[in-house]
Amino acid sequence: MITGKSTWTFSSYPVIVSSGVVVGKEEAVSNLNGHYDEAIEDMFVGEDSYERAQESLLTKAIDYTIKKSSIKKKNIQFFISGDLINQITPTTFAAKKLNIPYFGLYSACATSTEGLALAAMMLEQNGANYILTGTASHYAAAERQFRFPNEYGGQIPPTAQRTVTGAGTVLLGKEKQGLAITSATIGKVMDYEVTDPFNMGAAMAPAAVDTICQHFQDRQIDASYYDMIITGDLGAVGRALTEDLLKKHHITFQSNQFIDCGDFLYKKEQNMQAGGSGAACSSVVTYGYFLEQMKANKINKLLFVATGALHSPLTVQQKRTIPSIAHAVSIERK
Amino acid sequence: MSKKQTKYEAYEKKTKEHEPKRPIFLNCCKAFLIGGFICFIGQCIATFYIHYFDFTEQTVGNPTVATLIIITMFLTGFGLYEKIAQFAGAGTAVPVTGFANAVISSAIEHRPEGFILGVGSNMLKLAGPVIVYGVFSAFLIALIKTVLQMIGII
Repeated sequence: MITGKSTWTFSSYPVIVSSGVVVGKEEAVSNLNGHYDEAIEDMFVGEDSYERAQESLLTKAIDYTIKKSSIKKKNIQFFISGDLINQITPTTFAAKKLNIPYFGLYSACATSTEGLALAAMMLEQNGANYILTGTASHYAAAERQFRFPNEYGGQIPPTAQRTVTGAGTVLLGKEKQGLAITSATIGKVMDYEVTDPFNMGAAMAPAAVDTICQHFQDRQIDASYYDMIITGDLGAVGRALTEDLLKKHHITFQSNQFIDCGDFLYKKEQNMQAGGSGAACSSVVTYGYFLEQMKANKINKLLFVATGALHSPLTVQQKRTIPSIAHAVSIERK
Repeated sequence: MSKKQTKYEAYEKKTKEHEPKRPIFLNCCKAFLIGGFICFIGQCIATFYIHYFDFTEQTVGNPTVATLIIITMFLTGFGLYEKIAQFAGAGTAVPVTGFANAVISSAIEHRPEGFILGVGSNMLKLAGPVIVYGVFSAFLIALIKTVLQMIGII
């Protein structure tokens, strides 16, 4: 049901049935340590290219998700997913293997919440009983497409972020109780004319701010409603900027109430500049760490805002600005 | 100036407040030391060749550069060059090793797309501009010199 300007509220409470998280080498020793199903040391995941490696990560995460639920694969109606690589082919090949009707999305790193929102809406409208959604990304595959060859010795500035290697997926279904998707706010494309692809946190912060404000306005609540508000991959710079900008809109947080997945993920000694990014950043941290916290009763109400920078290598070379988007999804215990 | 433009400029200013500053002076020192060290190694190799082989100061350039490129190839292949470069910055980018690294890393990267359309066509995608503008500016300088010689200035 539409509430306010751009928020859907779900009265049927679509529930997160199970989740699967697979991570790479660096993420295995990060703050996510132990909060995943499998960590893979080999950057190639036994394949012959990084793109195929990413495809494998997604397939593995899907397998864990289905295995951990009591639902059979044939009862899942749809698979909603996307990634960062040209024409989202790694996801396409994973969907081919999965053999379930598929919606391909592109919202860069905001794909995780876009998938969650659309899946919840389909379940709400009785369009399906079970839907699988999630995202994958791979450091080396993103690096070679968006930046430089992996072995190229270019110095990375302190505002840059590292694409997370991993995949996180969830299975949503209509069940009586559990962790339910209660609402979703769909974001607008925002552009504050940031042009530096090594500072995507600054490009995405206005989108996060806009969506968070819209969400509170539409649901007529304030930040104190949630135990935790998490953003996808703003990184250290973007997180600080967002908090600053939200203050102008009279939205303030208690300490540790507002966390960014990219900022939270890597340990300081890993030297990952401003933190993690990528389509899988928000999904591995949220489906791995934060869902566990919710299951352990440490968090009851969570607002999950994934942010995406919607540029391409072509638009950057043509000196265009970096447009960005953020979608918010609220997860509450029911 | 439009209102919108001022808004973006104000945002850029705000962004700057939150950006960690690049330690420019420290970076320059590191670049100087590492870059200088690479040149020192080059000088050692050159001296070695002159001393033990039949090379002169004029002819030792080529084998020295070739040796540095081979060393870079191994460092790049084993993933070490990238790590040194994050520390050294311009120190590893400016010497001939930086050029070699740009070619070799591109060649390794595009191996999955095959030897012709992958390695062949992408090998010079980073180093290409250096070659294009290097050759072009050499041509311009030669042209100027020739003209000046023809009219008898030099």
